[in-house]
Amino acid sequence: MESIFFYATAAIALIGAIGMVLSRNAIHSALFLVLNFAATSVLYLMLNAPLLAVLQVTVYAGAIMVLFLFVIMLLNAENVSVDSHLRWQPIAALILGGLLLVETVVTVGRPLPLNPAGVTPETLNQLADPRVLAQFLFTDYLLPFEVTSLLLLVAMVGAVVLTKARPAQKRDQRRVRFADQVEGSEGASAVMSEPQGENRPVA
Amino acid sequence: MIEFLIEAVIKSAIIVLVLLTSFAYITWLERKVLARMQARIGPNRAAPFGLLLPLADGIKLIFKEDTTPLEADKFVYLLAPILAAVPAFIIFAVIPIGDTITLFGRTITLYLTDLNVGLLFIFSITSIGVYGIALAGWSSSNKYALLGGLRATAQMISYELPFSLSVVGVLMMVGSFSLVDIVKAQNSIWFVILQPVAFVIFMICAAAEVNRSPFDLPEAEQELTAGYHTEYSGMKFALFYAAEYIKIVAMSALAVVLFFGGWQGPPIPLIGSIPIIWFVIKVFIFLFAFIWVRATLPRFRYDQLMSLGWKVLLPLALANVVITAIAIVLRDLR
Amino acid sequence: MLQSYVPILILLVLATGFALISILLATFIGPRHPNTRKLSPYESGMTPIGPAMRRYPVRFYLVAVLFILFDIEIIFFFPWALIFRQLGFFGLVEIMVFILILLVGYAYVWKKGALDWE
Repeated sequence: MESIFFYATAAIALIGAIGMVLSRNAIHSALFLVLNFAATSVLYLMLNAPLLAVLQVTVYAGAIMVLFLFVIMLLNAENVSVDSHLRWQPIAALILGGLLLVETVVTVGRPLPLNPAGVTPETLNQLADPRVLAQFLFTDYLLPFEVTSLLLLVAMVGAVVLTKARPAQKRDQRRVRFADQVEGSEGASAVMSEPQGENRPVA
Repeated sequence: MIEFLIEAVIKSAIIVLVLLTSFAYITWLERKVLARMQARIGPNRAAPFGLLLPLADGIKLIFKEDTTPLEADKFVYLLAPILAAVPAFIIFAVIPIGDTITLFGRTITLYLTDLNVGLLFIFSITSIGVYGIALAGWSSSNKYALLGGLRATAQMISYELPFSLSVVGVLMMVGSFSLVDIVKAQNSIWFVILQPVAFVIFMICAAAEVNRSPFDLPEAEQELTAGYHTEYSGMKFALFYAAEYIKIVAMSALAVVLFFGGWQGPPIPLIGSIPIIWFVIKVFIFLFAFIWVRATLPRFRYDQLMSLGWKVLLPLALANVVITAIAIVLRDLR
Repeated sequence: MLQSYVPILILLVLATGFALISILLATFIGPRHPNTRKLSPYESGMTPIGPAMRRYPVRFYLVAVLFILFDIEIIFFFPWALIFRQLGFFGLVEIMVFILILLVGYAYVWKKGALDWE
């Protein structure tokens, strides 16, 4: 019963992954990736890690993929032709993918201590309790936890630096917008899309 | 095992049916109450008091032409209303409407399931609720819809932060994500008394999460016609409509569970204590409040909305966590 | 353990089934008289000017990035809140350090005007 369920979920995860790569439309790719994340979350659940499962959905599907969707929608990048910008990337991807395949085969082929000493069904059930996980996180792994906040701080600074235009640049944009309105040609659209004049690349 | 499955199927079916019925009658209630508050009569043609109006609406929507714009992304256009409606139902999987009752010699729990990550499960479901709206806006290939979808998504994710942060105070006192545990922890005192600030933040964010007045900017008629569902008609439109109202019920139920003691309450004179009566009464009061707010408050401006979420509610929610933490430590030391 | 998630799957199937059936039913019952005018984007009766897909303000993007970062920070509060009573004073110090670093970032973001919606 459980193995049937596992194979079904794994199949959905694979469909999501393959669909994501093969889709020509970036929004479809993003949706396939969400499907993949959902299936992965169910796999976590089957591994007795409910906390990880819900966080996977909240963070990856609910936050990161929303950002992806935003970027695709904002940049109007649904149908980017594949071969225009990529030169060495396909080869690099092929090599790295091959390495990953080799690694997987080696890892799966070798008998691993899948059951580390002392792990019984009871301890597994204990680990399903989010309190146990929290206990570890805030005692044994306290340093990584605090470092994470530093990492997020850096990311915040980075996001602001990349997206916020410098004051001088901003003044230019305003002038462009004003010029638009005077000409009256693109005046109405200036309300909706701000950096009209100089389709400046975002991040 | 078979019995367990049958029980789950029956309960799920009841949840879906009850939610659909309450969706229909909340639209009726809203029209009636709004009309009264504006010194009108409201629906009064279909049956006495217009009671059959929701049914008439439903029949009308089924018989409407279901159009798909030529330039739309056909598949995503079809997927979006489903992605909007389904999460609204799923939230109720973990909301307890009562403790246990005994029927036909069987002990039946009055919730579909009780997870040890229950509250986080709800947050994960609400966080994927934005997909339906964002994709509806994108796939319609319409400027109003796209801008409405963008606005809605930006608003929902902005208010999700103080929304989830506001319940941390409650979690600190309970020490469990299970909604059943949270209700039981309010045996002696409701959390609205211990966490009044958190409750206010929670309700404001709940209104913003469901794009409800005064946060209904994504559907601001004057600017964006109907916002993200401008191009939708027939049953697909109805699904968006259902999603919005079912989410209002969900938010009301969640507020009751987190801050107002869930199903708990004193026995009522004459009737005695019926298992879920208090839960229903409390949820109804919240639903009425949502309608009342809509009749009372004007809509926010978009920059006001954003600064309220990021500059007022988020730091306030954070301060609430810190103060609660200090208070608990001080009390435990004594 | 896994058993408590089975009812959710059932509810998911039922809700999705309802949504699908209601859409299918409407497509079979409802009339179908499409024409180009009807299926063109609605723009208050005017002939649409230009496609709907175009570049939109970068602000929305910034909101989404900041949302991810703060969302991850807030998620750490949840497991912490669970065991806060056991951790006691130690837990308070832990989270205060975390919040302090968070506040530095928050103040920076605010100062740079990233929270302003012009």
